[in-house]
Amino acid sequence: MKELLKDIKKRYDISMIVHQRPDEVFATVNKEEAVALITHLRDHEGFTHLVLLTAVDWLEDGKFQLTYLLNNDAKRNDLGLRVMIDREEATMESIHHLWEQAATYQRELKEMFGIDFPGSPRVNESFILEGWHDIPPYRRDFDTKKYSEETYFPRPGRVTHDPAEYMKKKLYPEE
Amino acid sequence: MSMKDLEKRTVTGPDGEQFEVDPMQDYFCQETPQVHKPSNRIWEKFLNWARAESLWILGFGTGCGAIEMRPLMTPRFDAYRYGIQWRPTPRQSNLFIIGGYMSVKTLKRAIRSYEQMQGPKFVVGLGSCTINGGMYWDSYNTINRLDHYLPVDVYIAGCMPRPESLLAGFEELKKLIKAGKAEGQNLYAENFEWYKKNQKQIIKDWDMPDYNW
Repeated sequence: MKELLKDIKKRYDISMIVHQRPDEVFATVNKEEAVALITHLRDHEGFTHLVLLTAVDWLEDGKFQLTYLLNNDAKRNDLGLRVMIDREEATMESIHHLWEQAATYQRELKEMFGIDFPGSPRVNESFILEGWHDIPPYRRDFDTKKYSEETYFPRPGRVTHDPAEYMKKKLYPEE
Repeated sequence: MSMKDLEKRTVTGPDGEQFEVDPMQDYFCQETPQVHKPSNRIWEKFLNWARAESLWILGFGTGCGAIEMRPLMTPRFDAYRYGIQWRPTPRQSNLFIIGGYMSVKTLKRAIRSYEQMQGPKFVVGLGSCTINGGMYWDSYNTINRLDHYLPVDVYIAGCMPRPESLLAGFEELKKLIKAGKAEGQNLYAENFEWYKKNQKQIIKDWDMPDYNW
C-alpha cells in the first residue's frame, strides 16, 4: 500500500492520507484529477472493483465530499478516494464508462443530494422518490422532521422525553 | 406507467389491423366505488360468517413487517388452520396487510392494489409504523397515519408484532366481520373524495386513473 501511495503521489496531487487499517487507506484527490486517477488505479494497479460511491454533505464548509471506495481483489486491499466539490455548483465527472453500475450510484446521488453527473445514463430520472418537489432530502439543510410534520398528517399524542430528565424523575422522584 | 400511457392512441395489432385505444375507457374503470349497505337479515349474518372464515391475504409485503408472514404461513404458527391463506393477486384476495412502514412510492402501488381487490375487503395495519409512523415518524419519505389513505379495520401494534399478535389480530378482525363492523370498504366509498385528496397530497406525480379496478 505504501509503495502504491508513493507511486501515485509522484503523478497526482493527493493529500490527507489516512491509514484506516493496514489494508485500507483513504486519501483526498482534487476534482480535476479524480477520474484520471481512478482510471489509472483500475487499469494499472488492479483496483478493479468499485465498492461504493457515496457523498457527505459538509454544510458549514460549503462542500460535498464524494467518496469512491475501490477494492483490489488480488492484493486484498481497499483505497478510498475523497473528492471535495463545491456545494453550490455540485457537478462531477461521471465514471459510468469505467463501471456501468456507477450510473446507479450517480442517479441516486443526483436525487438525494442534487449532485449532477452530466452524461450519466438516466441520471435525471426519478429513482426512489417519485415526484419530489423539495430540495434533495439528504442535504443537511433539509429539515426532514418539519417536512414530515407538514406533509404526513402526524398523529397527535407523541411525547418526547429527555432521557436524562426522564430517568432522574423515575428513579429519584423525591429529589 | 406515465401520464402518456393514458392518452388515446392508435395501435397496430399483430394482424396489421389498426384500432384506437383509449386506456382510460378501455383498461380502467372510472366509476367511483359504490356503498353497499349491509342488510340486517339472517342472510347477511351468514355471509359475514363465511367472509370471516375465509380471509385471503394479498401477498404484498410493503415493509419489514411482512417478514412476520412467513412464520405464519409455515407449520410453526400455521395460519391456514384458521381459514387464512395467502394469494398472489389482488383479484383473489380480500385482506390487505400493510406490513409496516409505507413509503410514498409503495403507497401508490398499495392504493392501486387495494382498489383492484374485490369486495368485501379488509385492511389490517401491521406494526407501529402504520399507526403513527413508528420509528420512521420524522422521515421525509414514509407516511405517518395509514388511515388517512386507506380504511383500516384493525391495527396490530408492535415493532414488530410477533406472529401470535397477528393471529390475535386476525381473531379480532373475524369478530368485527361477524358483528358486521368491518365496513372499511363502505367507509372508503363514502369518504372517497377525502381519501383521494389525502392520497394526491402525498403522491405528487399522480399518473393513474382516480379509481382503477
